[in-house]
Amino acid sequence: MKGPSEINTQLNLIIPGNKSNIEKTKKAAHFWHIFGMVISYAFLVVAAIIVLFPFYYMVMASFMAEVDVDNGRLIPITGNFFENIVYNYTQTLSQFNYGRYVGNTLIVAITTTLLQVIVTILSAYAFARLEFRGRDILFTIFLATMMIPGEMMVLTNYITMSNLGLTGRDQTQIQAYLAMILPFISSVFYIFLLRQNFKQIPNELYLAARVDGKSDWQYLWKVMVPLATPTLITITILSIIGSWNAYVWPNIVTSTAANRENLWTISVAIRNVNLAVLEHEVWVPQDSWLMCASVLTVVPLLVLFIVFRKYIMSGTGRAGIKG
Amino acid sequence: MNKSRNYRAWLYLAPVLILMGVFTFFPLINTIVISFLRDYNVTTGANKGFTFFNYGVVLGILEKNEGSGFTDNSFISWNSPSALSNTLLITFVTVPISIIISLVIAIEINNIKVLKKFFQTVFFMPYVTNIIAVGLVFSVMFSDGGIFNRLFKLMFNSSISISEGSTSWGASMLVLCLYVIWTALPYKILIFLSGLQGIDKQYYQAAKIDGASRFKTSLRVTIPLLSPQILYITITSFIGAFKEYNAVIGLFNRSYTKDQNVHDLYTVVYYIYDKINGASFATEMQYASAAAVILFVIIMIFTLVQMRVSKKMVVY
Repeated sequence: MKGPSEINTQLNLIIPGNKSNIEKTKKAAHFWHIFGMVISYAFLVVAAIIVLFPFYYMVMASFMAEVDVDNGRLIPITGNFFENIVYNYTQTLSQFNYGRYVGNTLIVAITTTLLQVIVTILSAYAFARLEFRGRDILFTIFLATMMIPGEMMVLTNYITMSNLGLTGRDQTQIQAYLAMILPFISSVFYIFLLRQNFKQIPNELYLAARVDGKSDWQYLWKVMVPLATPTLITITILSIIGSWNAYVWPNIVTSTAANRENLWTISVAIRNVNLAVLEHEVWVPQDSWLMCASVLTVVPLLVLFIVFRKYIMSGTGRAGIKG
Repeated sequence: MNKSRNYRAWLYLAPVLILMGVFTFFPLINTIVISFLRDYNVTTGANKGFTFFNYGVVLGILEKNEGSGFTDNSFISWNSPSALSNTLLITFVTVPISIIISLVIAIEINNIKVLKKFFQTVFFMPYVTNIIAVGLVFSVMFSDGGIFNRLFKLMFNSSISISEGSTSWGASMLVLCLYVIWTALPYKILIFLSGLQGIDKQYYQAAKIDGASRFKTSLRVTIPLLSPQILYITITSFIGAFKEYNAVIGLFNRSYTKDQNVHDLYTVVYYIYDKINGASFATEMQYASAAAVILFVIIMIFTLVQMRVSKKMVVY
């Protein structure tokens, strides 16, 4: 944001009788400016390395022979580099049913997101455009629910799910999906995001549509939804990431099922799976394989992040609570 | 604003009202009710009436099985790590540290011109990653032979291994706090940066003319002008840290020491979920509910206090 009266002239304070002159002070100022910049960049580079190190280590460890991981190596040194990679990943995939977990996650993520978007559009429209008694009070109540710890809801929702017969030993695929999806279709945060966006659309458009004989319903889908596409993309991406990373709820609702291994979503699977090798009749957990599984879990997210960076950052930047 | 539009609005809201009624508002009330019911039966809903007994059990005052002489002090305890003390420790260590670090990083990013977007992206990246998966990475890095444990041994001649069996409460808590701070940074940096970009450059030019140093400018100009964002972040991160659970699961997947009796890595939320895990779900729901209500009350009090304090501190 540039102010209308931005100052572009450099001011130099010269004290008469002092040895310094304009040239010298300018040079000194220049030196300190450069010095400050060097410090800034050095600090940021070091901080970035620290922040990104876990990612580096995750990828590197997935390329290492197990002995290198156990000895805390920074880079793979034992064995053939490419053979290690192929061995680690094939062994991991033989014990870590990646396709199934991703499949489960995507079914839950896509269904949840689709329903969420429809419900969010309808309610955001009502809050932004339609007038009815109690609108502001209702919206305030909605927002207030964001302050309440989700654990309060999880407890009763678990009872509800078990009363609906969606959990338990004989849980089927469909029942598990339903139990994972149902409580997350309504999202106050997304309603809030979209309502703010809808409110920015000028009223004149609405009046014009009314003159053209368009109904509220047509106006919503033909004018407002297309105009709010960026926000809807943001909601979709955030929702899919949320489903991918969800652990607590999918873990709880599948925990009593007999065939829970087949119902796990990716985040539940990576925590519960045992990646181990049989050595002298003892199962020895393999950290390098665990890192392969982590890579397989995290990389799709990073790809999504790089592609949709703008949408993700603008969405979360507009004040939100994760998860 | 005629009547027909009024009724149509409720049609648009019907799906969300039904869903939130069933999965938000009903659970909220129901959980509070259950927390006050004696011997609540999850499947039939049968109970022995209104009581404060569940709260007594959670707070370690009353015996769950009367006459057993055993009170459960894993939620709150005066002489060993408990759910509440761990949660308070995590909150008061990680919230201030992560706010200061992210504030410094945001100010530095705002300070530079070249590569600004790049650094912005780099520091935001951990936000989208999976807490469980990266928790596993941390657990490997801090395991017995792990890279950081080796480094730590080299520097301080002692181990901070969090491998099962060789772990101490202190080491586990240290690594947990590090991990929580790591996961907490990206969101804070993003919010601070968007706040910084909204500050009028004239303030900085005025400070420059007055000959203020960079440090002084940050302290006297930037931070006061950023106080709304700092308040928002403080409140949300207090709430977030109070509900810490996924990080513990990702790092340790356990709350107990080797003998599996002492729950020294419990957090409040961990305690709640352990109560409804597997078979105990049928008989322990009322205790989990009581703990959830306590969590709710603590969070409310914290939020209200911070709002009160902020009224004096926030500069608009």
